[in-house]
This record gives sequence, C-alpha cells and structure tokens, in this order.
Amino acid sequence: MVTHIEPKRVYLAVFAALMVLTVLTVWVSYFDMGDLSIVVALAIAVTKATLVVLFFMHARHSPRLTKFVIAAGFCWLVILIGLTLSDYFTRTWLPLPQGW
Amino acid sequence: MSEHTAVAAVEHPAVLQHQFDDLEQQMDASTLGMWVFLLTEIMFFGGLFAAYTVYRAAYPEGFAAGSLRLDLMLGGLNTVVLIASSLTMALAVRAAQLGKRQDLVAFLSATLGLGLVFLVVKVFEYHHKYVERLIPGPNFFFDGPHAAQAHMMFCFYFAMTGMHALHMVVGVGLLTYFIAKARSGRYTAQYYWPVEVMGLYWHFVDIVWIFLFPLLYLIGHRGVH
Repeated sequence: MVTHIEPKRVYLAVFAALMVLTVLTVWVSYFDMGDLSIVVALAIAVTKATLVVLFFMHARHSPRLTKFVIAAGFCWLVILIGLTLSDYFTRTWLPLPQGW
Repeated sequence: MSEHTAVAAVEHPAVLQHQFDDLEQQMDASTLGMWVFLLTEIMFFGGLFAAYTVYRAAYPEGFAAGSLRLDLMLGGLNTVVLIASSLTMALAVRAAQLGKRQDLVAFLSATLGLGLVFLVVKVFEYHHKYVERLIPGPNFFFDGPHAAQAHMMFCFYFAMTGMHALHMVVGVGLLTYFIAKARSGRYTAQYYWPVEVMGLYWHFVDIVWIFLFPLLYLIGHRGVH
C-alpha cells in the first residue's frame, strides 16, 4: 500500500466519537430495556470496534487482500458464535423423547 | 548476495529484505502477516465470548448480580485510558510515517504509560475482589440467591479480563522494545511499518476491551428498575 498519512484531526475526531459512545453505553445501561439492552450494548461496541479498525488500524487504506482477510476473520467469528449458539439456544425447543 | 545488495542499496540497503521486490511489498506482507495473527486472536477470544454468551443466557440473574459487584468507576476509567492509549498509538504511527523521531518516542512512551495505568488499575480491582472473596475457588463467597451462578460469572470475569491483561503485558513489553529502537533511530519515514504492525496488535487489544467492558460491567441494571 502507498503510505497514506491521516491528518491529526481525523484521529482526534475518532477518539472523541469513541469517548461519546463509551459514555452512551454506560448511560443506556441504567435503563432497564429487557432483552433490548444487550442488542444496544453490542451495537455500540461493534460501532466502536469498526471505528478503531477503519481509522486507527488503517483498514480504510489497506490493500484489497488485507481488507479481504479482515472480512474473512469476522465471517469465521460469526460462524464460531452463530453455530455454537444455534446449538445451545435450540436444545429446549423440542421435548425430550420418552425414555431419556 | 552482491548483485541483490547492490540493487537494494540504491534505495535503502539495510531494511529491504532480499525476498521482496520493493519496500511497499515488504510492508504489505508485514501488515498482512500481523492481520493473519490477529485473526487467530479473534478466534481465541471469540471462543471465550461464545462460552460467556451460553452461560449468561443460562444464568441471567447470577450474571447480573455478579456484574453489580464489579467497580463501574474503575472499569469505565480503564476504558477511557485504553481508548486514549489507542489514540496515542495511532499518533505514534503517524509520527513514524513522517519520520519525526522525537514525536514517535513521545507518543510511544505515552502509550506505554497509559498501558501501565490500565494494568495498575486492574491490579487494584483484582485485589479488591480478593478482599471481597470474589475470586473463584473454595474461598468464594457470594451473598444472595444466585451464589453458584455468580461464581460462574466470576470465572468468566477472571478468565476473560486475565487473558486480556496478559495481552496488555505483552503489549507493554513490545512498546518498551520499540521505544528503545525508536530512540536509536531505527525507524524512518521509509521504514516505519514495524510501528504500524505493533500498533495493529495494540488496537486489537483495545477492541477486545471495548467488548469486555459492556458485557462484564454493564449488565446489572444499576439505576432504574
């Protein structure tokens, strides 16, 4: 990749956004939203992680191969967590057969 | 040797390794290699997060009760400290790109300092948990109806934050090495990417904490019921 030098203010803006999102995630945790709480918390965390990957880790200006590898990593993570949970979370859907 | 060195010597004799065509290719290979390593790290921490999710779904009350025993102030402080250290790390990489040696050393040192602050806060937190008998094991004591479930929650708390802290210790060691190298002028505007590769690792450890903080500290509904 050709070295891309980001202006300082971009990093400061990302840092400010990360701080705002941190305050936000603490603030919303004080409200009882039931099952929605975890969705909101994870949405904020994923947003923060995406900002770090794109700007601090320079994924924006990485070669296509590097971008592809990063995307592949998250696909494998989704498979790991998705398949694990699709097993555990569906075990009680059907009653156990007689004799078990 | 002689032919290759002679060709490379025109551009940059010391840093271009002979298996690469040019510095750009060498840099791309280095960053890609670090990303592949980070993918294995994603899968490692991913396994911990998957196990955490399974148990938290099974024991929601115990995990919420256990989370309330964590110190939100210290956890929040560490989140701010770690994100600030990511900023200084990004600025260190920028200083390296520009070939500003003094800025590079200063920003790497700031990152190291913030990393140490994180670890010291973590030590205080762990010590407090020890005093409160919240370390999993025979001395674990939890007052309330979900003691056994909370025990499980604290197993996850120490396994996950412990593995994260171990990565921080490695990062602090790497930073110390990089500061020494940067002082001696090892990194230049042409040969800056070792700092970038080190930064990738540091930012990854920051991302892990970005997920650990809400999942461990913020699930107890401290306020409105």
